[in-house]
Amino acid sequence: MADANNAIIDLRKVCMAFAKRSGEPLAVLNDISLSLRSGEILGLLGRSGSGKSTLLRIAAGLIRPTSGDAIYRGAPLAEPAEGIAVVFQTFALFPWLTVLENVEAGLDALGLKHDQAKQRAEKAIDLIALDGFQSAYPRELSGGMRQRVGFARALAVEPEVLLMDEPFSALDVLTAETLRTDFLDLWVEHTLPTKSVLMVTHNIEEAVLMCDRLIVLSSNPGRIAAEIPVMLPRPRNRLDQEFGNIVDNVYSVLTARTIASIGAFKQAHGGLAQPLPRASVNRMNGLIAILAAPPYNGRAELDTLASALALKVDDLFPIAEGLHILEFAELQGGALKLTAAGKVSVHSDTDGRKRLFKEHVLRFVPLTTHICRVLHEREGGRAPRMRFEVELEDHLNHHDAERTLRTATAWGRYAELFAYDDKTRAFSIIPAAG
Amino acid sequence: MQHHTAALPGGFWHRQPPNWRDLIAVALIVAIILLVGSGASQMLAPIAAIHQPDISLSPTALPNYALRTMMRMLAALAASLVFTFTYGTLAAKSRRAEMILIPLLDVLQSVPVLGYLSFTVVFFVSLFPNRTLGVELAAIFAIFTSQAWNMAFSFFQALRTVPHDLDEASHGFRFSGWQRFWRLEVPFAMPGLIWNTMMSMSGGWFFVVASEAISVGDLQIALPGIGSYVARAIEQRDLAAVGWAIVAMTVTILIYDQLLFRPLVAWADKFRYEQTAAQIVPKSWMSDLFHRAAYLHFAGDSIGAMTQAIARARFTILPHVAWSGRWTLPSRWFDVAWIASILVIVAYIGWSLLQYVSPELSWSDVATAAGNGGITLLRVVILIVIATAIWVPIGVAVGLRPALAEKVQPLAQFLAAFPANLLFPIAVYLIVRFHLSPMIWLSPLMILGTQWYIVFNVIAGASAFPTDFKEAAATFRIHGWRWWRDVMLPGIFPYYVTGAITASGGAWNASIVSEAVSWGPVKLNGSGLGAYIAQMTQAGDYPRIALGIAVMSVLVVGMNRLLWRPLYAYAENRTRLD
Repeated sequence: MADANNAIIDLRKVCMAFAKRSGEPLAVLNDISLSLRSGEILGLLGRSGSGKSTLLRIAAGLIRPTSGDAIYRGAPLAEPAEGIAVVFQTFALFPWLTVLENVEAGLDALGLKHDQAKQRAEKAIDLIALDGFQSAYPRELSGGMRQRVGFARALAVEPEVLLMDEPFSALDVLTAETLRTDFLDLWVEHTLPTKSVLMVTHNIEEAVLMCDRLIVLSSNPGRIAAEIPVMLPRPRNRLDQEFGNIVDNVYSVLTARTIASIGAFKQAHGGLAQPLPRASVNRMNGLIAILAAPPYNGRAELDTLASALALKVDDLFPIAEGLHILEFAELQGGALKLTAAGKVSVHSDTDGRKRLFKEHVLRFVPLTTHICRVLHEREGGRAPRMRFEVELEDHLNHHDAERTLRTATAWGRYAELFAYDDKTRAFSIIPAAG
Repeated sequence: MQHHTAALPGGFWHRQPPNWRDLIAVALIVAIILLVGSGASQMLAPIAAIHQPDISLSPTALPNYALRTMMRMLAALAASLVFTFTYGTLAAKSRRAEMILIPLLDVLQSVPVLGYLSFTVVFFVSLFPNRTLGVELAAIFAIFTSQAWNMAFSFFQALRTVPHDLDEASHGFRFSGWQRFWRLEVPFAMPGLIWNTMMSMSGGWFFVVASEAISVGDLQIALPGIGSYVARAIEQRDLAAVGWAIVAMTVTILIYDQLLFRPLVAWADKFRYEQTAAQIVPKSWMSDLFHRAAYLHFAGDSIGAMTQAIARARFTILPHVAWSGRWTLPSRWFDVAWIASILVIVAYIGWSLLQYVSPELSWSDVATAAGNGGITLLRVVILIVIATAIWVPIGVAVGLRPALAEKVQPLAQFLAAFPANLLFPIAVYLIVRFHLSPMIWLSPLMILGTQWYIVFNVIAGASAFPTDFKEAAATFRIHGWRWWRDVMLPGIFPYYVTGAITASGGAWNASIVSEAVSWGPVKLNGSGLGAYIAQMTQAGDYPRIALGIAVMSVLVVGMNRLLWRPLYAYAENRTRLD
């Protein structure tokens, strides 16, 4: 199985770092080696910030790794190569070109003659069931039809490797399901010239449904956390016991990584640099209330919750993580369990809930405590936001630092620990109520 | 009656016999070709004919003059487009080129347009000593300077904001530079570019009129055109002729709008980047006509196919250039050397200018120019305040009534495009007639043409004001001053700032022709920087023209940096909701 000879794209010790504001590098991907084998659909899973999209772009030749190589056809990729095509999350269709022209665009770049290009484009359009839409502009189409154009454009160049960056995540549930099924049909029937597919996704069920092998990435920096083979026969059934087991397994791996990383950050730098998720107070309170009520009665599997609430994993995870950090709930395996404090919170009135929240923020979020301390030490009780941005960016990348500070600001404001003025971009002490 | 387009892609269709639409379309094409040809041949005529300015005041001569004026405009537009594509691309693709080109553009933009004319006219005439062409080129260059800068800016900005996913897609599919330019960059820039071109055209009419009849020192030029016609009418104190010129200009602008810009705007709609279908689809009878002229379609298709083929071909000169976003030559030392050499060149130019100018100018000249600048600055500020006080309430009132706004908006846009200098003689006549003080009464002329930018921007702002805000204000019964302060003024503020920036820039430019005017032998001087520059231009006193222009540029740049930009940033920040 792990025959290196049938590897089509080979990533060797790939590292990727972006420059921080201070000029120091910040690692996004760390020492990743994997190969995309002939005949497989390989899934890349991970939380946002795990660098999975960056990894796909490295495999596409769109960006070059800081160190390490992406080997394709025996040579390191320095730029997009013939034989590799990408399907984008946002479709990336040219709005001023018709469906046919969009599909032909990729063929023009190969230097094909126009009649040849047209012939191949028509074939791809036919294959992907877009017939009759040739002269339509993308804005006339629904999201599902647009992504079909994205697929047709990629398949028209007859790529050896197809790279898909969350291709179904911008679509609604039903449309996504149709497109997935159609694509799998083509794949299973070997109608496609494509030998293998690399797919980034954050939808765990989708990954288990489509892929032959899953790579789970951990965050900050992205590393390979687990490799999970999916040996289920196709077509796969979501209600299958084995299918459910694999989904649970992936959830456990992901939560284990989250818990571990929260723990690690609590140790380092006095917990100051602990990244905070994008979790609003309202959503956290809402999730506590739902968890406390039947049928969950205080404990629920994350995948059950995700499908019951129609939330994407990337939406649910931050809220769960927020609750875990504040110790209103605890992540255990693939499940979320309410703590005693969480149960108290549900039964409190608005004021009581707020007091409890304040207590927990002060105890478990060193950053807000730190902001409070700085404000009280300063004359006038004011401090510019910039001061904390710079401090955070010593440890986190710009994106994470920004999100962390936003969350800390929102939590601190709700807990009435400090005030924040967006116009002057400054924190200040709340004057004592008089 | 329901129209069906004849050509159904993929299906079979009967080629229809030529219909009445073909007839009209063909007539239009032939007429345009003939007119352009005759105008062009006149432009190339020997100069003898224009040495003695012989502008006829007969209304029958006007169509020909209008044609010449129109041709200049078109030539300038073509030149601006070429400039935009090269300059904008260069600035966007090379970081080092950007370091020079963008600040340079900023400066070029703030130099009063007529300032260029006095300097370039001699140069262009010397290029083609015995032809009209030199003088024509000077006039065209003046119009070019009123259009090119903001078009180049808009293109540059568009290139820098190409959506990331499309950028990635074009690299992923390995477009060549040529394909990328025509498939991605130009289409993406198109709506902004066309909008900016329309805005520039409005200014352009003003300067085409101003640049046709000009005297720099001994050089007297009167190019056949509407501007010269009006200049002649002023000399002859012929108010009726002024009236005819106004009519001719109105017709000219309407033709330009209907035959050129409406079709362009309708066509550019497909380049909108937003993926949603438009609420209001721009329409043009002209493009509808050509779309439905079935026979012409056949001829048009082959031209279309050819341009398509060119745009789609790879055309790579360098077979394999690794992409890295922008040029990144590695060394920091190269940057240092680059900046140092720019500084040296700038210092050298400054030094040689000083050498040229210092024997001619003293500090008292600078003081005079600055004093005059103060007068004009005061005028601009007062006029903007007055125009705001008058037009903001009216604009809001109109904008909140959609039916009315729909009728008023094109009128406001037309008035903004109409060269106000054609109306000056009427105002001057009145001032002379009633013995009014030129110091005060010449001032409103500065803003006569540009106040409309405030009007139509405010109307646009009020029309776009979200209905739920209006309803919220109504349910909470917010009335009177509170309504203005808390609801409407913040809502239209960004629009107002956009309009006011254009209006104030236009007022500065207009001061050169509006602060010193004449009616036959009577000369009125309102004093101010514009009058100063105009006088020095008449006298051919280059060092003082340069001084006047420099002072004006400094004032314009200063006003932009210290007032308008902060206001704009504030407006953008206050009104966003995230």
